[in-house]
Amino acid sequence: MKETEIKRLLSANVICIFSIIVATVTPSLFLENFSILGTHLTWLSICSASVGTVNIVLYFILKPNPSNRRTSLAHKVARFLRCCVYFFMSCILFHGIIVLYGAPLIESVLETFLFAVLLSTFTTLHCLCLLGPNIHMWLRVFSKNGAMSIWDSSLQITAMCSVVGAWLGAFPIPLDWDRPWQVWPISCSLGATFGYVAGLLIAPLWIYWNRKQLTYKSR
Amino acid sequence: MRLRSGVFASACLLVQALGVGLFLRGFFPVPVRSLPRSGALAGPPAEPPPTGFSSNWTKVPSPLFKKAVIVLIDALRDDFVFGSKGKRFMPYTTQLVERGTSHSFVAEAKPPTVTMPRIKALTTGSIPGFIDVIMNLNSPALLEDNLIQQAKAAGKRIIFYGDDTWVRLFPKQFVEYDGTTSFFVSDYTEVDDNVTRHLDNVMKREDWDLLILHYLGLDHIGHLSGPHSPLIGPKLSEMDNIIKKIHTSLLSKEEGEVTSPHLLVVCGDHGMSETGSHGGSSEGEVRTPLLFVSSAFDRAGGLLKPPELVQQTDLAVTLAIGLGLPISRNSVGQLLLPVVQQKTVREQLRYLHLNGFQLSRLLQENMATYEKDPGFQQFKMAEKSHGSWIKLYLEGNTSEVLRNLGKKVLRQYLEAIRVLSSSLSKQVAQYDTYSMIVGTIIVLEVLVLLLLSTAKALSSRAELEVPLSPLCSLLFYLTCLMLCAVHVVVCTSTESSCYFCSISWLTAIGVIMLISGLLCVILSALEKVFVNPKQMAKNPAAATSSWSEFDMLILAGTVGHVSSLGASSFIEEEHQTWYFLVSTLCLALCQETCRHYFLAKDCDLQLPSSAKANPEEVKGAHHHRDDAGYLQDASKTGKAANSESTRGSEKWMALATPWVVLVCCRLLRSLNQTGVQWAHKPDFGHWLTSSEHKAELSLVASVSLVMIFILVQRRCSLVSKIAMALGLLGVYSYRAAIGNVEFPWQRDSKDISKGIIEARFVYVFVLGIVFTGTKDLLKSQVLSTDAKTKFIGLWEIYSGLVLLAALLLRPHNLPVLVFCLLIQAMMTKYVWKPLEFDAAQVTIMHYWFGQAFFFFQGNSNSIASVDVSAGFVGLDNYVEIPAIFLTGFATYSGPLLWAVHLLCYLSSDVSRNPSAMGHGCFCYALLRSIPVAVYIVLVTGLRYHLFIWSVFSPKLLYEGVHVFITAAVCTFFTAMDHNHLRKVQD
Ligand SMILES: [Zn+2]
Ligand SMILES: [Zn+2]
Repeated sequence: MKETEIKRLLSANVICIFSIIVATVTPSLFLENFSILGTHLTWLSICSASVGTVNIVLYFILKPNPSNRRTSLAHKVARFLRCCVYFFMSCILFHGIIVLYGAPLIESVLETFLFAVLLSTFTTLHCLCLLGPNIHMWLRVFSKNGAMSIWDSSLQITAMCSVVGAWLGAFPIPLDWDRPWQVWPISCSLGATFGYVAGLLIAPLWIYWNRKQLTYKSR
Repeated sequence: MRLRSGVFASACLLVQALGVGLFLRGFFPVPVRSLPRSGALAGPPAEPPPTGFSSNWTKVPSPLFKKAVIVLIDALRDDFVFGSKGKRFMPYTTQLVERGTSHSFVAEAKPPTVTMPRIKALTTGSIPGFIDVIMNLNSPALLEDNLIQQAKAAGKRIIFYGDDTWVRLFPKQFVEYDGTTSFFVSDYTEVDDNVTRHLDNVMKREDWDLLILHYLGLDHIGHLSGPHSPLIGPKLSEMDNIIKKIHTSLLSKEEGEVTSPHLLVVCGDHGMSETGSHGGSSEGEVRTPLLFVSSAFDRAGGLLKPPELVQQTDLAVTLAIGLGLPISRNSVGQLLLPVVQQKTVREQLRYLHLNGFQLSRLLQENMATYEKDPGFQQFKMAEKSHGSWIKLYLEGNTSEVLRNLGKKVLRQYLEAIRVLSSSLSKQVAQYDTYSMIVGTIIVLEVLVLLLLSTAKALSSRAELEVPLSPLCSLLFYLTCLMLCAVHVVVCTSTESSCYFCSISWLTAIGVIMLISGLLCVILSALEKVFVNPKQMAKNPAAATSSWSEFDMLILAGTVGHVSSLGASSFIEEEHQTWYFLVSTLCLALCQETCRHYFLAKDCDLQLPSSAKANPEEVKGAHHHRDDAGYLQDASKTGKAANSESTRGSEKWMALATPWVVLVCCRLLRSLNQTGVQWAHKPDFGHWLTSSEHKAELSLVASVSLVMIFILVQRRCSLVSKIAMALGLLGVYSYRAAIGNVEFPWQRDSKDISKGIIEARFVYVFVLGIVFTGTKDLLKSQVLSTDAKTKFIGLWEIYSGLVLLAALLLRPHNLPVLVFCLLIQAMMTKYVWKPLEFDAAQVTIMHYWFGQAFFFFQGNSNSIASVDVSAGFVGLDNYVEIPAIFLTGFATYSGPLLWAVHLLCYLSSDVSRNPSAMGHGCFCYALLRSIPVAVYIVLVTGLRYHLFIWSVFSPKLLYEGVHVFITAAVCTFFTAMDHNHLRKVQD
């Protein structure tokens, strides 16, 4: 059973990675002079949109945490609205943190905000899909030994990797190399993306490697 | 010998300070100097005599120009004259450059681009060493052979008006002078009017030969609002009018007589960067215009070529030739040939020969293998062909052959002089390798020793065994002997001067014994670690298992910062590293508080059930349970102490504190833009200090002072509370007196003074508060009363230092002080104490915040950002020791205040953890010695890097001074600690 779960996780993650590659490659067929560095804002929005849709679609197909009870439509709509609010709030929170880290407050607001959206897509959206708008669940998953399934572990790993990637991505900015990718927020968003991809790859491998030690508490 | 970790750490730091001092002495080379005796012996050389003839040209050639006027405009960039700004605002000068009888050059200044070394370079023609920058602080008279001294010796009458640096450099050389002080940087009209008011009078008179004018206004405008300020234009027009006035009156003087023309030189000492400061090596700071105007020159041709790039040092030799003076002995400049081009070929060759001869003599005195130098060989060849040219000339030959040969000799001379000059300029970067190596060895040994003893020093006993028995061992004597032998061999073999060889034998042997002793101690410590690992194994295992993410972050941050020191841009932008690390620290603290307050409850509920459910996962949940137990204990004690409601509010304050700190840091970051890349961005500090926002600055200053009082007074005794209030009032009136801020009731008073009385008034209170604090400390030491008296004493000393910082920091930096106090108060109350961080962690946090505040107050790793004016607060004129102390305190006030606060915190924490002081002191020493040791090694490796003088050397100086300060602070720590431990033992 565990093996199949890991396989499902792996395939889901590969699809996510694939969606990032598609988001990077295909727009140049439709849009003129599209490039990651040149039209970074477009790339940011396309990438977050595609990763977001793929995540949501995967959630509906795979149903990693199947809910037992059937719920009414109104309940579902309310749940969806709460998800939207949570996502928006996380964007604002990320934006705030990025500004506190030293991003310019007024100029290039759009860049900063889109970067925050990208980060939320990599982290919060994932959480929303897997755990739903339930802060207590989030706190549990992100505390020590809180993971209850391989999906939770994967969530932990990818979220950590994307944030750490964005954090490391800030380091080249002060270097005086005058490269186009040193412009705010390109190196950070690239760092976050690479971190996310790395997380997606590492998660199944790590779980596979440690499958003997990993014993999840039943609910 | 058993030592407590505090004593051990401060001893280590003192030794390290010695090593750093030795390294610094070796790293900053002594500039090339001619030997004093040789100059007295050798007069000017004769013209190279052809065989069979003897030349009668043996004296210094007669002057080309009768009178010379040097207009030195501080911080004049080349594009202010030759660029679009020059065309717009300096029409007369532009017309002189384009169509007048003039020669224009772009003179390149060597970094450091600070006024005094530049004046030295202009007058001596030598390149002042980096060490001259530090001497800028006390600016003694220039003893080196220089143009002014030569002119005075030749009986020329020199008049000087302008920056009083000249008056200090040349105290007796001027027949008439009026020095203006560059004390008030915000004043840019009066400094120049002080110079110009003499101009009409002096231009009418005939009783002078050399007139030097140094205008400071442009530099002050640059410092205030940068090179693109609207104030620049009018200032340039003013300068243009002055140049016009001088030039026309020089021309009218010439009309009567035809004997010899006059010369007008317009130049800048350095430029300004895009932010308006200077000191570094950016293009704007380095390139200055150099303009020679005289009726003797040919009119500039129709087609305009861009001005030729020359060195700033070339001015001294050109002026010496132009005024018929001997060339300064240390000059490395080359004669600017266009200036003497109207003379005959024989005279030109004579000038070039003089220049080449002087350069080759300087080379002989500074290089052992001078004969192999290509420049020297070329010069000898040129001298020979010069001789044969003279022979042909004296024979009366006037044919084409003579002219061609003359051209060839000229070319040979120019090439030889160029090569000689560049190889001499390279000599400046000669390092005293032996002293550097000795210093590095000491520093590295201390670092290794500190690292090896970390585990023991941070153990709960905070004591460690220093094996002294090996000191008497055979190894020690062998190493000593070997090192002595090496010392003798090195010192007798090298020709170049070496500091470590020049100190007395006894001191050298002492240092050698220190090195070998340290080596023996390290070896025995290593033996302990590796040979009997079983004994040690228990402690490190326990230590590593308790390592949290927080410790990992601290470790990663330290390692990351240290490794970033290898890149020049990371040094220039070091503040970014610290801001980044501090922000991450705040987020980590946020996570810690969340875990402490939210998950503690969950753990209470979950832990028993999970333990029951999965008895096999004991391994995984091992320290999970540890944490929970620990938290339960904490919450129990917390509940016992506080009622439920206060606990609730405390919880929310604790959760909010990291965010408040983050917001504070973000605000402070936009107060002072430092660094290089983003330094030109507008910041709040510049906005406040600009003259039209005086009211806002006054408001900010007064609110900050009130806040400082509120934050500081809560732990002071009544007497020092009153003293503090009066002192802060004094600070405000000092600011009002020097014109930074205004009182609401005196809107129109314009009289600016130095505020000496007000500043001294504050000093009295600073001393008073520090004295009260010391008294309390002594009382607690002698009577060994409770720790409370000691804490109050320490806090009083701390508040005295805060008052001093409030006086000395730049006026717009008072909010920095407020936020510093606010962060300290909030962190202490809501984070450090309730969450029970251990002494080592708190120390590291203090260190990080201290580093961040160093940059928040507007410092950077370039010399230009040192606020020298802090050294003059409350002083009538320059007094060396107080000025150095005050400047040092103002520069390092951020790290220093955090260190003293650490001391206060730990002394109040001592009841919980008796070894807190020792741990703190040790951690502080370790944190300081890691970067300095690594940086010393890095700098040694990078000593031929392109940016060594502009980026790495200033940073090295900052690091060195920081080590000295930390050593002093740690000694103070140990003194405090000592007292306490003795009491515990009693
Ligand atoms: Zn200057
Ligand atoms: Zn200046």
